[in-house]
Amino acid sequence: MKPADPLPGPAAFPAGVTEPLLRVRHLRKEFPVRSGGLFRQMGSTVQAVNDLSFDLYPGETVGLVGESGSGKTTAARCIVRALAPSAGEILFRTNGRTVDLAGLSERALQPLRPALQLIFQDPFSSLNPRMTVGQIIGEPLVIHRLARGSELDDRVDDMLLRIGLKPEHRTRYPHAFSGGQRQRIGIARALIMHPSLIVADEAVSALDVSVQAQVLNLLKDLQQEFNLTCLLVAHNLDVVRHVCDRVAVMYAGRIVELAETAALFEDPRHPYTRALHSAVPRPDPDQRMNCGLAGETADPGNLPSGCAFHPRCPECFAPCAQLRPELKDEEAADCERPAHLVACHLRDGRGAGLPGGGIG
Amino acid sequence: MSAIQPTITEPVQAGEDVLLSVEDLCVHFLTQRGALPAVDGVSFTIKRGRTLALVGESGCGKSVTSYALLRLTPWPGRIVRGRVILRSRRAGLIDITRLREDDDRLYQLRGGLVSMIFQEPMTALSPVHTVGDQISEALRLHRAMTGAEARQAGIDLLRQVGLAAPERRFDYYPHEFSGGMRQRAIIAMALASNPELLIADEPTTALDVTTQAQILGLIKTLQHDIGCAVLLITHDFGVVAQTADDVAVMYLGRIVERGRVRDVLTHPRHPYTLGLLRSLPGADVGGRLAAIPGAVPSLADIPGGCGFHPRCPQAQAGRCDLGGVPVLRFLAPDHAAACVRAEELDACRGREGGLP
Repeated sequence: MKPADPLPGPAAFPAGVTEPLLRVRHLRKEFPVRSGGLFRQMGSTVQAVNDLSFDLYPGETVGLVGESGSGKTTAARCIVRALAPSAGEILFRTNGRTVDLAGLSERALQPLRPALQLIFQDPFSSLNPRMTVGQIIGEPLVIHRLARGSELDDRVDDMLLRIGLKPEHRTRYPHAFSGGQRQRIGIARALIMHPSLIVADEAVSALDVSVQAQVLNLLKDLQQEFNLTCLLVAHNLDVVRHVCDRVAVMYAGRIVELAETAALFEDPRHPYTRALHSAVPRPDPDQRMNCGLAGETADPGNLPSGCAFHPRCPECFAPCAQLRPELKDEEAADCERPAHLVACHLRDGRGAGLPGGGIG
Repeated sequence: MSAIQPTITEPVQAGEDVLLSVEDLCVHFLTQRGALPAVDGVSFTIKRGRTLALVGESGCGKSVTSYALLRLTPWPGRIVRGRVILRSRRAGLIDITRLREDDDRLYQLRGGLVSMIFQEPMTALSPVHTVGDQISEALRLHRAMTGAEARQAGIDLLRQVGLAAPERRFDYYPHEFSGGMRQRAIIAMALASNPELLIADEPTTALDVTTQAQILGLIKTLQHDIGCAVLLITHDFGVVAQTADDVAVMYLGRIVERGRVRDVLTHPRHPYTLGLLRSLPGADVGGRLAAIPGAVPSLADIPGGCGFHPRCPQAQAGRCDLGGVPVLRFLAPDHAAACVRAEELDACRGREGGLP
């Protein structure tokens, strides 16, 4: 297997860690559009994820943020191979060797599945209403024949305690639990396999703020306890701020900015990141939310030329419509500072001398 | 349409600018486990042209309250006490709680004088009718327009809510719209009848933050143009701060704090309000979020004393868990809270610059 090209990692590696757990390189996912009818296009494809590359280091949590239609969920599902990618590499380190998940068959994937777990968005539709909580949490162990009998029960009870429920809840059905408790059950089901990678797809978006805070705190505790590596998909920047070490902002299937969480919030460089940031309503009547970002996410079946964000960008200028900006670090030579990648002409020299780039 | 006569039997003490007054509203769900008090003695007023936000977690009775305003309480719920009075400019005084089920005014009220925007735009729209058909239905029913008139007015409404190419989109089906566009279509439908009160039940909870910002901005602009009042139901204090004038915080079917948005946000006087504010991500970066422990208790099992005491970090044994439910009392002009320790907590905050 050819070595993957290096991409910048986090500033501080956990002790002894230098090798990423996951390397995603040039990941692509296309969906065919059914002919006729709906979109009136024959046999064309929609580019949901387009040339996505990033690394995920052990013990690290990376946020994948963007609006609906930005491809973040598709990317996350490709990485755990709930979907088959169209192109690219997903290099995953397991038991001292590296495998390319993108190229594996279903059968070859089977033994790797326990290491890759998914937490779903909707705690109401992701739990089978006809199974008890004990059956739901224990099912992965049964399927992979990792535990049975009293050992299975013990592990389920242990998991229930860790997520803040009680062992006697094992015999109850999901309907007896609130949304927050159900989401905890979904987390327990993922964690019971001791996965090396957890992908949480909008795991707290459907919850009330008070419960959302509880679940975010729980995720943070479990991260430390199990030394979890997480990919957290969300549309709310404030949510990822709490739990992520690094954040990747996606637009129209591509990463437009990737940086350490603190750097991304203190110095957001892409106009889209700034727009996402200012759209979060804050509980301060003096701090007005910005409704400035007009329009809708780019249609992945008909992407704009150049930078896909240019039709909505408040700082769009001449080259934006013609040339797609590359994702790169404008001060790459400065090795003292962790990498801050951005794909914007305002930052790659083409926009030199132009106004803009200020922090909103 | 029948002529509307005031049905009020007693004089209501309210200024000319009050559009809706709710007095001691109680909605109980009559179940096998007994009567569950989903809404238990709620009183508030909404002034013309203003926005009142009703805030609380799921299960606090905010949606049940708003449904009761239109007499849409779902079975087995019943309005057992209280009055809801609409002082309509077009239709005079209407005592909503005393209207008979077959009263024409009830029909005129629902989707007419009072419109509603729902949380899930996909379930609120019919999937088998075009968006245009659904908007023009409201126009034909409530404004007695003909088909051609309704089409033109519907297209104008879609333009007003910021939908590009409204002539074309008028004939689209809901599945061809994105979430934000569907919510815009719902708003257009709600505005079709020229309502005096718009009830928005979690209008942006299902949307992206950027779309949420657009929709909230749109509701504000339209409210300004049309001059209607808005009852906004949400669990997010961020949304409250950005859109509402007044706020009422609900817990277990009761209002626990009420006041102007600025006063409540800068100076919350009930521990529940403070808990909701502190659990917002972004409030405390890096560390743990100050989540409210536990969950909203079941209505069949409401704790004695103050209903919030088992989850309250400031609860005192012997005071908060005993006796009756704390009454909502004024602690400052236009700012009321239902907490027996409100003054002490306030003094403590003044001294130390923050609650423990």
